[in-house]
Amino acid sequence: MKTRRTIAAALAVLTLTAVAACGKEGSPNDDAAGSAKPQLPTYTVKTDFKLESSPAWVKAKADGKLVIGAKSDQPFLGFEDVQTSVRSGFDIEIAKMIAADLGFSEKQISWQTVASVNRETAISGGQVNYYVGTYSINDKRKATVSFAGPYYIAGQDLLVQKDNTTITGPESTKDKNVCTVTGSTSIDQIKKYGAKVTQYDSYSQCVEKLLSDEVDAVTTDDAILKGYAAKNAGKLKVVGKTFSTENYGVGLNKDDKALRDAISDALKAHEDNGDWKKAYDATLGLSGSAAPEVPALQRY
Amino acid sequence: MGILFEDGNFALFRDGFLRTVELSAVSAFFALLLGTVLAAFRVSPVPALRALGTVWVNTFRNTPLTLLFFAVTFALPRLDVHLSSFTFAVLALSAYTASFVCEVLRAGVNTVPLGQAEAARSLGMGFGQTLGLVILPQAVRSVMSPMSSIFIALPRNSAIAGAFSVSELYSVQATLTDKGYAIFGIFLWIAIAYLFISFSVQQLFSFAEKRLAVAR
Repeated sequence: MKTRRTIAAALAVLTLTAVAACGKEGSPNDDAAGSAKPQLPTYTVKTDFKLESSPAWVKAKADGKLVIGAKSDQPFLGFEDVQTSVRSGFDIEIAKMIAADLGFSEKQISWQTVASVNRETAISGGQVNYYVGTYSINDKRKATVSFAGPYYIAGQDLLVQKDNTTITGPESTKDKNVCTVTGSTSIDQIKKYGAKVTQYDSYSQCVEKLLSDEVDAVTTDDAILKGYAAKNAGKLKVVGKTFSTENYGVGLNKDDKALRDAISDALKAHEDNGDWKKAYDATLGLSGSAAPEVPALQRY
Repeated sequence: MGILFEDGNFALFRDGFLRTVELSAVSAFFALLLGTVLAAFRVSPVPALRALGTVWVNTFRNTPLTLLFFAVTFALPRLDVHLSSFTFAVLALSAYTASFVCEVLRAGVNTVPLGQAEAARSLGMGFGQTLGLVILPQAVRSVMSPMSSIFIALPRNSAIAGAFSVSELYSVQATLTDKGYAIFGIFLWIAIAYLFISFSVQQLFSFAEKRLAVAR
């Protein structure tokens, strides 16, 4: 009786492991990347860095912590794991490499999730030292905040099912159902091509509708779409034909020119030494889309 | 402040405003209709109808409206019910508001003295006639002010539809924010527009209240 029970238990364990192993082997990430899965870069903290002319930096140094604003709901871009509260993604890497060059180690970063609506208020009110989260540089925003960068040039694109061959670019969305987020500027752009637009509160709802075949495509900046493509590797793909230009910058206080220059320097240094490309490959690159050109900095 | 009069924003704002008014008006109509039917169910002599009314009210009144919108827009298509987002929004809003209308009307019915119903019955009226000709008209008059609260809340609740693909007034805010306008200016205009709608509903009800008032 006892032995039989032991055997049964052993068998159960074996089956479970087998099933688990199956799941792992079958996961689409592995066959493409295999053992050479892209690794995240590591950053050396510049401990002797000084920036006395920036009030934000002086205060952060005195407090021993740098407050960085980010998004928490964009997979492989700016994402927070609710259980472990670990942040990951391309934007997060950009924020970390800047922090390292400003003399702050990863432990000294205090992350703060800032919703798009509150970005200008949080930055100009000093609640965050800088903000990295798919923040397009535009003139209206420049009136209240200033931007370092751009560190990434995004463009509006389309996310479709992997086996979709009918949607090849914005021109082929005529009379197709295209989903995007309520109020986003992507709506006007795609409407020009005659698409029928559905809007929900978040991109994950749109992706859900795309996976269940209720909409034909999801549209917004390709960076965001690549994140979802990487999350649903094997099921979704980004079309790869952008039809707008969004320059993602690091948002910071309007009057802090010293900090802005320092952040631009940091971006330049990490773009030159290959960290930028490494960070892309290990995050958004998992979607299967190749890294775009490194943008030229706009210093003003 | 001048936000409204810059590049095409006014058209956007106006369309959103009209959509909110349209959504509220259509939902109000169905909520009133459905609410009255439910109230009739709840006071009817048939136990099955009474139970149906009770279940409806308790389900819809106690579920967060956002959840109802979710259920309607995400669950119904899975059951092969494909409607426009506007229709989905009307469904959610009127089902929700109807449960409140029902309860207010039922409270009104309770204010009508029992003798009225007995008198109607002794004249040979059936349940439908008693309720429709004698009880409800008196009940409605006594519940005008709680009823106005429900219909002032309705346009405000309709803001949730913006997150479910109806481009109403509140979602205009999201568009303008995305374009990069300062949020205080945006919210000021949106708030004024909602105030205007609510105030109009309130005026409508106080006018009706004065006309219908009975001296007791």
